[in-house]
Amino acid sequence: MGLFKQITDKPWERTGIIGGLRAEGTFSAPPEKVALVFFLVAASIVFSLFGVSYVIRMELPDWIPVSEPSQLWFNTALLVISSFLFQRAKTLISNGKKIVTSTFASGGVFAILFIAAQMVTWQNLQAQGLFMTSNPANSFYYLLTGLHALHILGGLWVWSKSLLRLLSGAAQEDLRLSIELCTVYWHFLLIVWIAVFAVLSNT
Amino acid sequence: MAYVPLADQDNEADLHHPHSWVTKYVWSQDHKVIAIQYGGTAILVGIAALMLSLLMRMQLGFPETFDLIDPNAYYQSVTMHGMIMVVYMLTALLLGGFGNYMVPLMIGARDMVFPFLNMLSFWFYLASVLILMASFLVGGGPTGAGWTLYPPQATLAGTPGHDMGILLMLLSLGVFVVAFTMGGLNYVTTILQNRARGMTLMRMPLTVWGIFVATVLGLFAFPALLVSVIMMTFDTLLGTSFFMPAIIESGTALDHNGGSPVLFQHLFWFFGHPEVYIVALPAFGLVSDVLSTHARKNIFGYRMMVWAIIAIGGLSFIVWAHHMYVSGMNPYFGFFFATTTLIIAVPTALKVYNWVLTLWEGDIRLNAPMYFAIGFIFTFIHGGLTGLFLGNVVIDLPLSDTYFVVAHFHMVMGVSPVLVIFASLYHWYPKMSGRMYHEGLAKLHFWITFLGTYAIYLPMHYLGFLGVPRRYYALGQTDFIPESAQDLNAGITVAALIVGSAQILFFINILWSLRNGKKAEGNPWGAASLEWQTPDTPPVHGNWGKELPTVYRWAYDYSVPGAKEDFIPQNMADADVEMESKSN
Amino acid sequence: MALAVVIFALVIGSVIFHFASPWWFTDIISNWQSIDTTILITFWVTGTVFVVINAFMAYCVYKFRHRSGQKAAYEPENHKLEGWLSAITTVGVVLMLAPGLFVWADFVQPPEDATEFEVLGQQWQWNFRYPGADGKLGTADTEFVNEENPFGINPEDPNGQDDIIVNAPDMHLPVGKPVKALLRSNDVLHNYTIAQLRVKMDLVPGLTSYLWFEPEVTGRYDILCEELCGIGHFIMRGAIVIDTQEDFNTWIASQPTFAQTQQSAEPDIAAGQASYAVCSACHGANGEGNQALNSPKLAGLQDWYVERQLNHFKQGIRGGEGDVNGAAMIGMANMLVDDDAVRNMAAYISTFPDMPATPTIVEGDVENGFDIYDRNCAACHLDSGSGTWYTDAPKLAGMSDWYFVTQISNFRAGIRGLHAADPYGEQMVSMATAMSGLNEIQDVAAYLSTLR
Repeated sequence: MGLFKQITDKPWERTGIIGGLRAEGTFSAPPEKVALVFFLVAASIVFSLFGVSYVIRMELPDWIPVSEPSQLWFNTALLVISSFLFQRAKTLISNGKKIVTSTFASGGVFAILFIAAQMVTWQNLQAQGLFMTSNPANSFYYLLTGLHALHILGGLWVWSKSLLRLLSGAAQEDLRLSIELCTVYWHFLLIVWIAVFAVLSNT
Repeated sequence: MAYVPLADQDNEADLHHPHSWVTKYVWSQDHKVIAIQYGGTAILVGIAALMLSLLMRMQLGFPETFDLIDPNAYYQSVTMHGMIMVVYMLTALLLGGFGNYMVPLMIGARDMVFPFLNMLSFWFYLASVLILMASFLVGGGPTGAGWTLYPPQATLAGTPGHDMGILLMLLSLGVFVVAFTMGGLNYVTTILQNRARGMTLMRMPLTVWGIFVATVLGLFAFPALLVSVIMMTFDTLLGTSFFMPAIIESGTALDHNGGSPVLFQHLFWFFGHPEVYIVALPAFGLVSDVLSTHARKNIFGYRMMVWAIIAIGGLSFIVWAHHMYVSGMNPYFGFFFATTTLIIAVPTALKVYNWVLTLWEGDIRLNAPMYFAIGFIFTFIHGGLTGLFLGNVVIDLPLSDTYFVVAHFHMVMGVSPVLVIFASLYHWYPKMSGRMYHEGLAKLHFWITFLGTYAIYLPMHYLGFLGVPRRYYALGQTDFIPESAQDLNAGITVAALIVGSAQILFFINILWSLRNGKKAEGNPWGAASLEWQTPDTPPVHGNWGKELPTVYRWAYDYSVPGAKEDFIPQNMADADVEMESKSN
Repeated sequence: MALAVVIFALVIGSVIFHFASPWWFTDIISNWQSIDTTILITFWVTGTVFVVINAFMAYCVYKFRHRSGQKAAYEPENHKLEGWLSAITTVGVVLMLAPGLFVWADFVQPPEDATEFEVLGQQWQWNFRYPGADGKLGTADTEFVNEENPFGINPEDPNGQDDIIVNAPDMHLPVGKPVKALLRSNDVLHNYTIAQLRVKMDLVPGLTSYLWFEPEVTGRYDILCEELCGIGHFIMRGAIVIDTQEDFNTWIASQPTFAQTQQSAEPDIAAGQASYAVCSACHGANGEGNQALNSPKLAGLQDWYVERQLNHFKQGIRGGEGDVNGAAMIGMANMLVDDDAVRNMAAYISTFPDMPATPTIVEGDVENGFDIYDRNCAACHLDSGSGTWYTDAPKLAGMSDWYFVTQISNFRAGIRGLHAADPYGEQMVSMATAMSGLNEIQDVAAYLSTLR
């Protein structure tokens, strides 16, 4: 039954068991995935509100646009590869393939490389004398990229836990959910990054 | 292998059963213990905040007699009272406390889906409370910026606690948001994924609906608080200029330039307005269930009640700037926000009608919880109607920043939810403790609280009409405030002191009854919803014994024609319902 | 049963309270009667709803209270009834909202012929600026703010030169002319409120907000700040005087222009020195003060503060009833014949070497004194006790501690600061309550003696 139909139902008109073992209106996804979706919506709101603040702040008179370093294209590529590898690991484990560990591991490694590259970019900016307080555009640059990096670090924590379990020989079946969730999360972070990058470089 | 929801696995053995006192009561993962930890902490900080309000009242009512606080302490009290009551008391008690206790029991689950995360949520909440309390101990004391923490004032000399106090406040809020997110993900997922067999969405009690929508609001609104907290921290510690324009501090120009204080206000109220409903919606839900049970009648217009909760939740995201009509934002926004704000009155009014219509042709048992619930309807009508003054943009011009605002939001967000909290605590006390509370004491508590709070806030509206400004340590001399206003202030203070001290009756009652109360049956009110049908009272870890309940009907089958009893539990199949004998 | 009666009684009681209440809106003095009308409409709509629903609820509680053998009805919903109720509610909402929106449309668009003036809020006082003959206000920016230019008026802007500066919390307006107030702040949020006008708006640093009105009744009314702006929020007061056009013209003609405030002649220190001869008998040759003669130390005081106090003595604002030593100063101050003489005197006093006064208060609790000072006083007088022009706060550190005790006692007793023309004194009357009595005043004095 569709959600709309469900909440227009007159519950007093029907007694007896409705639905099967699972109550009507329950998503077929595991609860972890449902929770992740809600978390991602909340995280998107955080990023969107920063985005809105950015646009509002941009219109104030002291705004000086800064051109984003071209190195960011390279960093983006690292994150794309990372995301791709996670997707690959997910496909592999769904098909019951055994070679998942190395793919999953390298996905995370590319994410670490991305963060390292982001830090290099920061250092380059600072070397050019563009600090946090130099102008509002820079403040936002550090804030948004920093926040994004923090989200990746959070993901890497889960990734490292899953990787350890993979390495210690846990059954792949047990890890399928973890890998799936990591993949969803990584795609989300890639999309956020592309949005952040687009906002930063188009202004 | 297809995924099997936890509710179907029903392997009680899988639950993490505690083995020692510490794992049972301290590091507990049982939703009921966590609920009590959450609720207890919230009530404790609530008492602290109540004390602060009494200090303020004594200053306002009898400035000559009591010399308890100086201007600095007054502004700190204003700030801490507001912030604690709204966030650390009401939000934590209604969602962390009632949300945790009620959700799994009402939907027929053994526990939350992520018990460990649930436990973590409480410990983060406790940490945020401790950080907040620590600000009373640091040099300069807690922040006195007003609970809205508006920059630039919050971080400038000239505001109490502008150095450490405000930073601890920001940190504490950040930690609270994390705690809330962990708890919130749990409630939402549990309600969606962990309902017992047969528990369709529309069979859920309104309490669960209220908590569900409030939690979703929280998950989507607290990010705005987090964002403003982060940017304000950056402005304060790192010297950025997100919210800070070029300003002078005590005659010296600061390094900031170009930031927008109004942007902070937009972000703050984008959180702050839904926050009102984060508190109100669970209260709406709880009171609906109390009313229906004691009126022995189904809640009138259940579907409308659910839709109203959803509509109010949705609308609450597009009304925030009605807090900012006189903030200096583009005044043209006023048209939009006044319109959306008054539209929200329609679903809210429908809820009130339906509560009252639930009483119509009922069989009203005037037990203490019912007293509080009916008292709530009265105070909520009052607070809701005064909201129509403030929401209508031009009327806000003379009234904003006066005592009318203070009276309005205390009526609608203070007194009303607190009456619901008492109604609910008395109502569910037998289930939570296994004992009955003392009815006479509870009614005395009701009379003093209900009449006393009305004596506080009704006159306060009139101070507002007069134009008495809020957040004033002392009125001093003005040309338009007559001497009699001070008498009114003194009267309000007396009422506040009486109401404040009368709350001891509540604590005496629940503590005394814990040992001496009459033993409660499992379902003393004859309630239909699932939480009253647990095999044990109070429910034990795992809630349902060997077998999870199966749900056959909605939560409001009271006084069903033909049935012998005046209620049919949700988990009773039609075949088991005892019918009235025809010969009668 | 009791509950039904009480609820019904509360409804009746609330209505009676409303009509009997002497606490109601002040008499309106502006063109915004339409706001009052909107309030009245809303009041009648909401009042009716309040009475009807609560009375109905009280009736239900009474009628359907439990009696043996009673059974509740089973009625899950009634779509028709709910539909009607929604429709009626919507009508009520429209009834309230529509007039409100029309009035707001009026509010957001000031009339073409409204003359502008500027309100500058700063911690914790009001200042005002009027356009000069050119009818235009000069541009202003925080970067230009200093002691001589508290508004931050751009000195390069020709439009600003003839702006009329009112560096005091009293403003005037002519009756019957629409005006547009431009609201500005250089520090924190404030709110420009005159209860009798009905309209108010925040002052926000970094932008200029506005409101407009047309004063219709002459008189003097209070200006209050109604946006929390720090510890001095409640003492941030001012006054608006609605004059006849002639009175207004006279008043505004007596106020200096920006250009005049920027180019006042250098004070004549030698002349000040000559006049000081009389003072030195009591205050000492170098203004070191003399407790035996009840004469405080003067050396170190800011010149603007000395100037203001001398003027206060001259005008009888200080030295009134109960202030014997202050009264003695009235005659002395009156020997300074004009404003220039006062300025010269203040300039001469500021040349004195500033040696800290010898502490005379020994029994004060320095720690408690610090606590009180840090919490309440430092906001204006600064942590160092040096005071600042920005908050009109005189220097306290190293000054005569016994004098501090007398003056705070005078503020607390209402001997000093309650004169209508002493707005800064009035602020101190309110703030002095931070010290609960002589002991705490001495504590603060003892702490101040540790600041050098």
